Amino acid sequence: MIFKLAWRNIIFKPLNTLLSVVLLTASVAIITLLILLQNQFEDKFNSNIEGVDLVLGAKGSPLQLILSSVYQVDAPTGNISFDSAKVWMEHPYVEKAIPLAFGDNYKGFKILGTTTDYLEKYQLTLNKGKLFKHNFDVVVGSQVAEKLNLKLGDAFFGAHGHAEQGEVHDSYAYKVVGIANESGKVADNLILCNIPSVWQMHAGHDHDHDHDHEAEFTNPPHGEEGHVHSDDEEHGHGETVNLPRGEEGHIHSDYENDMSIDTPNMDITSVLIKFRNKMGFVMWPNIIAQNTNMQAASPAVEINRLFTLFGVGISGLQYLAYAIMFISGLSIFIALYNTLKERKYEFALLRVQGAKRSQLLILVLLESILLCIVGFIFGTILGRVGLYVLSTLSESEFKMNFDPFVFHWKQEGLLLIITLLVGVLAAAIPAIKAYTLNLSKTLANA
Amino acid sequence: MISTKDITFSYQEDQTFLMPDLHCDAGNTILITGDSGKGKTTYLHLLAGMLQAKTGEIVIDGTNLNNLSNKKRDQFRGQNIGLVFQQSHFLQAFTVLENLEMASTLSSGKANSQKAKELLTRLGLKTQMHKKPHQLSLGQQQRASIARAVSNEPKLILADEPTSSLDDKNASQVIELLTQLSKDYKAALVIVTHDSRVINQFTNKLTLV
Repeated sequence: MIFKLAWRNIIFKPLNTLLSVVLLTASVAIITLLILLQNQFEDKFNSNIEGVDLVLGAKGSPLQLILSSVYQVDAPTGNISFDSAKVWMEHPYVEKAIPLAFGDNYKGFKILGTTTDYLEKYQLTLNKGKLFKHNFDVVVGSQVAEKLNLKLGDAFFGAHGHAEQGEVHDSYAYKVVGIANESGKVADNLILCNIPSVWQMHAGHDHDHDHDHEAEFTNPPHGEEGHVHSDDEEHGHGETVNLPRGEEGHIHSDYENDMSIDTPNMDITSVLIKFRNKMGFVMWPNIIAQNTNMQAASPAVEINRLFTLFGVGISGLQYLAYAIMFISGLSIFIALYNTLKERKYEFALLRVQGAKRSQLLILVLLESILLCIVGFIFGTILGRVGLYVLSTLSESEFKMNFDPFVFHWKQEGLLLIITLLVGVLAAAIPAIKAYTLNLSKTLANA
Repeated sequence: MISTKDITFSYQEDQTFLMPDLHCDAGNTILITGDSGKGKTTYLHLLAGMLQAKTGEIVIDGTNLNNLSNKKRDQFRGQNIGLVFQQSHFLQAFTVLENLEMASTLSSGKANSQKAKELLTRLGLKTQMHKKPHQLSLGQQQRASIARAVSNEPKLILADEPTSSLDDKNASQVIELLTQLSKDYKAALVIVTHDSRVINQFTNKLTLV
């Protein structure tokens, strides 16, 4: 009955209640969002670093190099010569070196030229089909396959660079030969092919368009192949096409003319390096920076730096959220304290009817705590809705998604305790006033 | 029944009031009258156990209130005393019926809603019982608070100026209800009043001077 009364009292003052609950909801939502984001962000970032000690790439921002090569979110820093990269890739310190070459995208999904080691590194297993073997064979990540509804045997044209609206390369069509299983890593959002595919696609390409950040390739000796695309009929931007049988030759299904990985004087974008001897991890960044026009960046170091940068923002938001929570506590306190004057007759009445002092104390505390619980529930839900929205945005921007249905019991449990504590503190003075109410005086002045 | 003997009371150490003795049998009524400031309400609060007498005895149905601890007095009041005030106070967030249920919950531990409904019906509030108290007229509110006061079947009913904010019709109705209910429940009825409409109806009076 006391519980019922507490609940009714809350509903009886809807505006006071609304203010307190809205403030509580806002603060809990922000903190919940931060908790979820921080945990999942770090998980996502750290799981992708595994097995990459250094990234070798063109000089520029090391963070940009890491973001583009490991996380596929930024533009590459530029190109490096495959021949000079090979010197380092074949070094005895190196356990595994995976070259990467960026060229095109298909509907916003990056087409990445690499070796099959890349799939191995990300534990990417094939769901259907086989690995890429010939030029323009592609293995698509699970997300790509799902979102673009790609099936084995489908063919499509890539768009140049990493902008969805890039110039369409319609001289060669990519052909889906394999679909990967979900790995929960960035590779799910990639279209993978071999490196010569990228070279061949860009061979003989007219260099009259904007070249910022994109992979730029020198003309190979047999660059004449490039002329094919200029006379071709107009295709939509990276549309899947059903290739007419008669034009088979057009897509170079005869692999004899294909470029090979051994073609000299070619460029790639970067190399992911895993060391056998950890000395390289310490020594290489300096050696490479001083002796070549490349740089070697450590994902661990750069991501740590990134988290530190984020950390400032996150803790700022956290302080803001706790400030809002403090204000909501204050609003509960003011609401309870203000109604104390009119409610003291109610308290006196309850006492007259045999209520214990402690029951009045509990009544006031309950009202505050109930508000806090309602605020916490709404906040937890709103925080997850926020994460869902954010996830949808980051999905389309960075191909990175977050799961709003994960619960971090420890941190969110702590948040619940803090919220309840705010409720108890806010109600403390009004509750004590109710507890120490002078029955006779209150009723005599009525 | 209730009887008091040699009660003294003091708000401050140096000031002591002696309260005249009072006796009232079950089913009977006694009026406490007197001018303002003579301690009528103080006397009533002493009888209700809301104030502690310095010395003397207040015996209600065989229990000396002055020998009980604060906590025991609160409990005793809840179970054996029904109070009616000049202005009726209610739990605003509850309906009239729920107000009565709350009273029975606090005194007996369980909500006796059947009895509450019967009482409200008897007092002509059948159609009002699911309304909030502030939706009732003053007379209806006072009747509802009488219903609440007797919902724990008290041995003693204390009424503090129950008629002073009511018109003649409602005032006489309230007095009639109080006397009738005290007879029905075999409770002693003590009315503190300076309302001449009430004073003239009773012979058993205690005047504070």
